[in-house]
Amino acid sequence: MSESISKEYYQYMHELQTVDFVLVELTLYLDTHPDDQQALAQFTQFQRRKRVLMQQFEMAFGPLQEFGNSPPGQTWTWSSSPWPWQV
Amino acid sequence: MWIYEKKLQYPVRVSKCDPKLAKFLIEQYGGADGELAAALRYLNQRYSIPDKVIGLLTDIGTEEFAHLEMIATMVYKLTKDATPEQMKAAGLDGHFADHDNALSYHNAAGIPWTATYIQAKGDPIADLYEDIAAEEKARATYQWLIDITDDVDIQDALKFLREREIVHSLRFREAVEILKEHHSSKKVF
Repeated sequence: MSESISKEYYQYMHELQTVDFVLVELTLYLDTHPDDQQALAQFTQFQRRKRVLMQQFEMAFGPLQEFGNSPPGQTWTWSSSPWPWQV
Repeated sequence: MWIYEKKLQYPVRVSKCDPKLAKFLIEQYGGADGELAAALRYLNQRYSIPDKVIGLLTDIGTEEFAHLEMIATMVYKLTKDATPEQMKAAGLDGHFADHDNALSYHNAAGIPWTATYIQAKGDPIADLYEDIAAEEKARATYQWLIDITDDVDIQDALKFLREREIVHSLRFREAVEILKEHHSSKKVF
């Protein structure tokens, strides 16, 4: 399975995972520190970055989320591999 | 409702077939302090916990499902090419007889997951202390798993998960303080 996955897939995915990590970490932090404006500003900044990265990834490799949360593309590729545990 | 994202939270690299290691890792899949128990514990407790900490329980519970997927990926990749002989040599013959190479929610000793692993007392402090203990136990388990293998790729993913337990424990401790503060401020009036 992993033989057919391009280098770009891993690069984009890695960048997305990096930005998402910041967002997960800040989400939990803000849950217990909701008045920290600096953390909120950082969250907003990384959320913008995530949106751009998601768009780029999805244009190249198909939707990341189901149920209408990602653009489906010209053909239905949501149910196509690779799935995360296959790469 | 939950939205699935077609990506792992953190990369899981597995370069070899090693069912013996999978047998240990399954502890964090279907064990008492594993990721399934964690996710179900927090998402179940949140209905009766004070509003101030529902968000935290929801978000940590959701993140636990991402960790469950990482552990599943490790176990799947370590066993997908294993022959019946290799499964037997790894002590997974009992598992193989019932499940072939499918995953199953049980611990390293083969005991099936049970709802008795999770508590919900309906007392916010009791529940949050249970959550802190669960995170610390999971952190310790990840340390034993890191110690038991010399596979650097698996160690890398396990270290990520170990660090997440530390952060979750810290956030739950803060949640306890938030509730204590809230409780004492109410008494003033």
